[in-house]
Amino acid sequence: MSTPIIKVDAISKSFGSFKVLNGLSMQVMPGEKLALIGPSGSGKTTILRILMTLEKIDGGHIQIDGEQLYHMERNGQLLPADERHLTKMRQKIGMVFQLFNLFPHKCVMDNVTLAPMLTKGTPRAAAEKRAMELLDMVGMADKAKAMPAQLSGGQKQRVAIARALALSPKIMLFDEVTSALDPELVEEVMNVMRKLAAETDMTMLLVTHEMGFAHDFADRVLFFDRGRIVEEGKPDEIFRHPKQERTQGFLKKIIAAGHRV
Amino acid sequence: MTQWSGYLGLILQGALVTIELTLMGSVLALIMAFLAGMGRVSRFFALRWLATAYIEFFRGTSIFVQLFFAYFVLPLIGLELTPLQAGVLALGLNVGAYAAEVVRGAIQSVGREQYEACIALNLGRWQGMRHVILPQALLIMLPTFGNNAIELLKATSVVSLISLADLTFQAQVVRSQTGNTLVPFTTILIIYFALALIISWGVRSLERRMARGLDGVRV
Repeated sequence: MSTPIIKVDAISKSFGSFKVLNGLSMQVMPGEKLALIGPSGSGKTTILRILMTLEKIDGGHIQIDGEQLYHMERNGQLLPADERHLTKMRQKIGMVFQLFNLFPHKCVMDNVTLAPMLTKGTPRAAAEKRAMELLDMVGMADKAKAMPAQLSGGQKQRVAIARALALSPKIMLFDEVTSALDPELVEEVMNVMRKLAAETDMTMLLVTHEMGFAHDFADRVLFFDRGRIVEEGKPDEIFRHPKQERTQGFLKKIIAAGHRV
Repeated sequence: MTQWSGYLGLILQGALVTIELTLMGSVLALIMAFLAGMGRVSRFFALRWLATAYIEFFRGTSIFVQLFFAYFVLPLIGLELTPLQAGVLALGLNVGAYAAEVVRGAIQSVGREQYEACIALNLGRWQGMRHVILPQALLIMLPTFGNNAIELLKATSVVSLISLADLTFQAQVVRSQTGNTLVPFTTILIIYFALALIISWGVRSLERRMARGLDGVRV
């Protein structure tokens, strides 16, 4: 537990003239459950997307599990990563999206088995067996043959979680996974994730606006503002006794908007 | 009294040639459409350029001239084609150029989130294209492919100009032998229309089959 599994070193990222991340550094230990909170545009979703290689970085370095993510070491030199290197690195990381991003033309089972069969060459029978275990864990085993369009938002998100888990990543990224759900469906997804956090030693990064959930879920909370980590600490420290003025202001606004902490 | 049954046989022979041309032309058009359509969204500049050049050239010149070129000019450089081969080549390349834009548009209309899901699940570019993007894009292409196939069917009549005995050619034969214009041309009008209806119907039922389950209602 002594070497970090994620090491982000002074990365920067701009969209046009807007600097989303400005020299951001952070470290995550193996098995840690991290909650990333902060106002919109603070860069918390961007860092997840960068870790999933959905966005390129403009500068800085990222190490995943001891290896460079966006660079390759060749004869002692650091070169920009090619597709093959990225493919290798992506095996360590899985992501669940705000809008589920299920494949609408495939049934629940095929959504979960597609990637293991294609990327790992898992035989169909083994992939389906594993998929059933995962679907059972997220409470969706009875919907294995259903099409995504027949499911509620909460059910879709639980399938999406099973789909990401099917590749057995070391790191799971959750990007506002309950934001697009009707309020009464939020809880079922949170329950699955609480269970996941308690039962596995996967490293998990969660971006959320649900402060109560962040509090229960995380070992450590990072408060983002304007592309930087303004404050970090144990959930109780951040939520009960925030030190920074900006953290206090943000939490006050969130509570005023009716979210429980 | 003219012996219409013999002439009808002639016209039906012509119909077979037209159907043959339409089927073979459509197959070539489909192949060209996917090659050029996917070439247009390739990450390689050379492929994009090649696909664009093909599409612009075959959309920008007349099918009539393309056919004459295939049949009369290619032999000059040693490429001798039968009328049927020339017909299939010209029709397939011409309609394929239009359909290629349909393929490109459909691929690009699949949402970005689907591409991102492919990356997050570590699918290779081709795996994602083959298993995630194309199956969804195909459903978007189908109605326009139906239009393209009907366009191709109607365009087959130009082959009568290189003396291939299709529907239109046979109608002219019947007309010159009987002196009657009304009957042969009305007959082939109806046959063309019936063939187009069959295409529409076929594409629509294909569409229904493929859309099954996507809207959450029909399974």
